[in-house]
Amino acid sequence: MSSERVDGSSRVDGYGRLDRSRTLRFTFDGQPYTGHPGDTIASALLANGVVVLGSSVKLGRSRGISASWTEDATGLIQIEEPFPEPMLLASAVELVDGMVVRGLNGQGRLAEVPDAARYDRRHHHVDTLVVGAGPAGLRAALAAARRGERVALIDDRPEAGGSLTGSETIDGRSSRHFVASVLADLAEYPDVLHLQRTTAFGHYDDGFVLALERRTDHLPATEAGNRSRQRVHRIRAQRVVVATGAHERPIVFADNDRPGIMLAASARDFLHRYGVLVGREVVLFTSHDGAYDTARDLAAAGASVTVVEARPQGPALEGVRAIPGARVIPGARVISTLADQEHQDGRIGAAVVIDAEGHEFFVNCDALLLSGGWNPTAHLFSHVRGALAYDSQLGAFKPAQSVPGTEVVGAAAGEGIQPGLVIWRVPGPRERQFVDVQRDSTVADIARAVGAGLRSVEHVKRYTTIGTAHDQGKTSGMIAAGITAELMNRPIEELGTTTFRPPYVPVAFAALAGRERGELFDPARKTALHEWHVKAGAVFEDVGQWKRARHYPKPGEDMEAAVLRECAAVRTGVGILDGSTLGKIDVQGPDAPALLDLMYTNMMSSLKVGSVRYGVMCGVDGMVIDDGTVVRLAEDRYMVITTTGGAAKILDWMEEWVQTEWPHLKVKLASVTEQWAVFPVVGPRSREVIGEVFGDLDVSNEAFGFMTWRDTELGGVPVRLARISFSGELAYEVNVNAWYAEAVWLKLLEAGAKHNITPYGTETMHVLRAEKGYPIIGQDTDGTVTPQDLGMGWAVSKKKPDFVGKRSFARAENQNPLRKQLVGLLPTDESTKLPEGSQIVEFAADGVLPAPPVPMLGHVTSSYRSAALGRPFALALLKGGRERIGDVVHVPVGEQLVAAQITSAVLVDPEGARRDG
Amino acid sequence: MARTLQRSHPLQSYESAFAALPEGISVKAEPYLSMTDLRLPEDVDGPLGKALPREPGGWVSTADGLIVWLGPDEWLVLSGSRGPGELEADLRDLARPNQGSAVDVSAQRISLRVRGRHARDLLSGGCSIDLHPSVFQNGRSAQTTLGLTGVVLLALGADGDDFRILVRSSFAGYLAEWLVDAATEYR
Repeated sequence: MSSERVDGSSRVDGYGRLDRSRTLRFTFDGQPYTGHPGDTIASALLANGVVVLGSSVKLGRSRGISASWTEDATGLIQIEEPFPEPMLLASAVELVDGMVVRGLNGQGRLAEVPDAARYDRRHHHVDTLVVGAGPAGLRAALAAARRGERVALIDDRPEAGGSLTGSETIDGRSSRHFVASVLADLAEYPDVLHLQRTTAFGHYDDGFVLALERRTDHLPATEAGNRSRQRVHRIRAQRVVVATGAHERPIVFADNDRPGIMLAASARDFLHRYGVLVGREVVLFTSHDGAYDTARDLAAAGASVTVVEARPQGPALEGVRAIPGARVIPGARVISTLADQEHQDGRIGAAVVIDAEGHEFFVNCDALLLSGGWNPTAHLFSHVRGALAYDSQLGAFKPAQSVPGTEVVGAAAGEGIQPGLVIWRVPGPRERQFVDVQRDSTVADIARAVGAGLRSVEHVKRYTTIGTAHDQGKTSGMIAAGITAELMNRPIEELGTTTFRPPYVPVAFAALAGRERGELFDPARKTALHEWHVKAGAVFEDVGQWKRARHYPKPGEDMEAAVLRECAAVRTGVGILDGSTLGKIDVQGPDAPALLDLMYTNMMSSLKVGSVRYGVMCGVDGMVIDDGTVVRLAEDRYMVITTTGGAAKILDWMEEWVQTEWPHLKVKLASVTEQWAVFPVVGPRSREVIGEVFGDLDVSNEAFGFMTWRDTELGGVPVRLARISFSGELAYEVNVNAWYAEAVWLKLLEAGAKHNITPYGTETMHVLRAEKGYPIIGQDTDGTVTPQDLGMGWAVSKKKPDFVGKRSFARAENQNPLRKQLVGLLPTDESTKLPEGSQIVEFAADGVLPAPPVPMLGHVTSSYRSAALGRPFALALLKGGRERIGDVVHVPVGEQLVAAQITSAVLVDPEGARRDG
Repeated sequence: MARTLQRSHPLQSYESAFAALPEGISVKAEPYLSMTDLRLPEDVDGPLGKALPREPGGWVSTADGLIVWLGPDEWLVLSGSRGPGELEADLRDLARPNQGSAVDVSAQRISLRVRGRHARDLLSGGCSIDLHPSVFQNGRSAQTTLGLTGVVLLALGADGDDFRILVRSSFAGYLAEWLVDAATEYR
C-alpha cells in the first residue's frame, strides 16, 4: 500500500478508520492539539508526535504509551475537561472536542466538583452471552441467534471486529465486509442485544456477568441528551461464550520502560485503526511468527523495520517470508536501550542488540516493538474458577478442563496463536529490567521476594506489587510468573499463575452506585399524613426507613422549647400523634391464642374479645426483643402491635416459629402495618374530642374502660378506637383504613380546636413515655436486658408451661441481684440534662473522679427535660438499681461529676390516676 | 350509611409528574382497589378453590377484579366493586371453615400501571427478573424488587409493554420518584 506522511505528523494516508473530514481540538499539558473523530487520546497524541505522557510513581522515569487498548501498562492521563477523572488510559479514552488532558506523575486527582452525570443499570436474561466481537465471538453470536436463542454480544471497543485490521480475508471476503455482514445479520434478530463500548468486568457463578457500558463519553455534549453516562449491565446467561482474544506479551530487558517501547500488535493497531505510524525507524524484538504481520504492515506504511529475532536462523524461521524493506537479525536479542539524545526526555533512541555471534551494537530507532508471544485473555473463565494450564508452546496459561455453562473460543482458548520461542527476559542488570512498568517493579524485586523465601506467585505479587496497578497485570502477570519460575529454578507448570479477579478493568464507584444516590439512595417510607406534617412545619427524624414527625416548632422555637410546649399540652389539655408507623400483624386462626401464648412472656389466650393487653416478647435467650399491645378482635383473631423498628423483624420471627417449630398450629399471619393509620389522641381533654367526633359511642370510663377497644364509624367508614396509653394520660388510639387517614385526622383537629389540640411528634412521645418509665426497646435495652431487669416481672407468666425465652429465666445469672435494672435518675442540681450514654459511677464525696479503673455501675439510656417535673430526668440501667433507690451516684459529664439521685423509673403519676381522665 | 369521608391517595401529588413523562412511557396511579390477603390450605376445593390460580407466579381475572398467587397457600384478592370490609368478610366466611384466614389489606398497597414501548426497558433498570414477553406474559406475576422496594409485579398483555405494580403504600412515593427519574433516559 502506498502511503504518505501527513504534515510531518505520524499520521499516514490510506490508513485508519477515522473521519478525517472533521477536526477535534484538545489540549495536553496546556498545549493545543488536534485529532479526528475515531481517535483515542493516545492515537491523537502519537499522531502529534507526543510520546512522553508523564513519569512513573516511584522512580520518576518517563512513561509513554505501551499498548493501544486496556492492556496498556503505562499511558495514564488525567482528564480535566469535560469532567475531572484521574488515572484513565490514554489508549482507552475516545477523543472529543474540547478535552483538557494532563499527563500524570503516577497519581491522579479526584474531582472536587459533584459528578452531575447519570449512571444506571440494566438487567438482562439471555440464552447465550458472547463476550468479544472478534471473528470467533461474531460467529458464536450469529450461530446462537440462528438457533433462535436470546443473545447478548458485548465488546469493549468502539467497533466490532476485535483484532482484525481490515487487511485479512475471511470466508472469501475482506474481514471488514465479514464483520459488517455478521452485524447486519444479527440486527435482524429482535432478541439479539449487541453492545459495543461495553466491557465484561466480572463473571460469577451460574452465568452471571457484569459489564460496564460507556455510553456518552465519546459523544459531543450536545448529543448525549439525557442518556446515562455509564451503565452497568447485569447479565444472566444460560451459556457464556468467552471470546476475548489474547494479550500480547512483552519481553523483559534493561531499560525496557522507555516511552516509545510498545507491544508490536498495538503498533499495527495504531496504524490500521487510527492511521498512526508509531515510528519511522522501528525495531521489532520478537521470538515468534505472529509478529511479522506487524513488521510487514509497518514497512508497507513507510517505516524502516529491523526485526531482532530471538530464534536462530534455521528451520524455525522457514515460515517467515521475506519482508520488503525490512531487515531480520536472527538469533539476536535486545539487551537494553538508550535514550534519544535530541529530545532529552527519556524516550527511546536506540536498541542495544546482541547478535548470534555475541556482538553488541546499537540500532537507532524511534519505536521499539515487543512481541514475546500471546497470553489468552482467560480472565472471565478464571473468574468462575475455570482451571488454567500452562502451554509450553504458547508460553502462557490457557483454559483447561471445562466449566459448565462457559465456553472459551478463539485466541482466548489459545486457538490460532502461532508458536514461537518462549522467552521471558534476556540476561542483564535486574534492577533496570522492568516487569510491571506502572509499579516500577523489576526483576530485582522478584529476586528479592524469592530471596526472602516467598514460594507462591500470589505472595510474590503482593511483595513486589506486580500486577496490582490499573491494568492488573494484563501484560506483566505472565512474565512475572515466568521470571519467578526461572529464579526459583522450578517449572512454571508447578508454580502456576496469579488468580484473575474482577474487575477486569477499573470501574468507577459512581457506575456501581447507579441511581442509588441522593433522594434515591435509600427509600424514605412515608405515612399517609406525610404531606400534612410537611405543611405543619414538622421537623422529621429517621426511624429505620420511616420519616417521622419529631416535633412541630412554632416560629422562634428550638426543639427543646417545642417539646416542652407539646408535653405540657398533652399533660394539661389534649395532643395528637401520628403513630401509623407502628408495626401491625393480623393473627388469625383457631390456634392464634396458642401461638401468642408461646410468643409472648405473658398470657394472651386469657385476653377477652374487646380487650387489649400489653405484652413483652423475648428471644430464646430470655432477652427482650420487642414490646407492644395485643388487641383481641375475635376468638380466633388478634392484632399484634410491634415497635416501628421491629415490624418486619417480628413478623419474620413469628413466621419462623410457625413454619419451622409449630407447623401444627392452625394460625396465619399477615402484615397490616400500612393498612391502618393510628392516631393517639392523648390528654385530659381527649375524651371530649373523641366524644364529639364519634357521637354515637359512649366514651365514658364505665362504658369504654382502659385497655379495651370499640368499633365505630365516621362518615360511613369503620373506625376502631382503643384505650391505650403510652404516656399515662387518658388516651384513645384512633385506627382507620389509611385511605381515610387525612380525613379522620382533620376531623379530630377540627373537634379539638376549641381544646387547643396540639399535634406532637416522636420526641414529645419519648419524653412522655419516659416520665412514666415505659422503656423503648432498643434504646433503654440493648439485647442483654430481661423483662425482670425492666421491672416487668409482672409481665412474665408463671402459669404457662412454655414460651420463647422461658427456660433462660431460670439461669443463675438471671437471678443475680446485681444485674443492671431500669431506674430513674434525677440530677440533684435540677438543671443538668445528662447526656444519653453517660456512665454512672459511685458517688465521690470529694467530687473528684477516682483514679482508673473506675468501677462502672451502668449507663444513662434516656434523658430529657420534663415539663411535668420542671427539671431534667433520665432513665438508666444500673447494677442492682432497684435496691438502691434513694442513693446518690455520680455521672461524669465532660470534666464534671454530676450528682444524681436514683429513683423509681416511674416519675410522673406513679399511682396511675391520670389514665382514666 | 353513605360514605362522606374523602379518601387520599399516597400519589396524588405525583399526578402532574406522571402526566409529564416522555412519550413511550406512561405511569398511572390506579383507583382505590379493595384487597384481601387470603390464606387457604393448598388442597381446598369448592368454587373459590377452583377460582384460585395454582401455578406459582400467576394471576387471573375475576368478575370484579383479580386474584394474584403469592404463595402455595396465599393469594391476594383484588376487587373493584366490593368495599374493603365487604371483601374481607366474604372471604373470611370462606376461609374460616378451612382454617384459613382473610385479612383486609386494601390500604397496605397501591396499584400503579406502567405502560409503553419503553416500559420493559425502564423496569429492567431496577428489577432483576426476566421480563421478556416469552417468559413474563399476561397472567404472570412476581414478588420481586424494583429499585430498592419490594413489589408485586403483574404482566398484562402479550407484548411486554404493560405492567401493574403493587407497592406498599409507604414506599409508593419512593417508587414514584424512582419511576419518574428512570424515565429521564427517554426524554
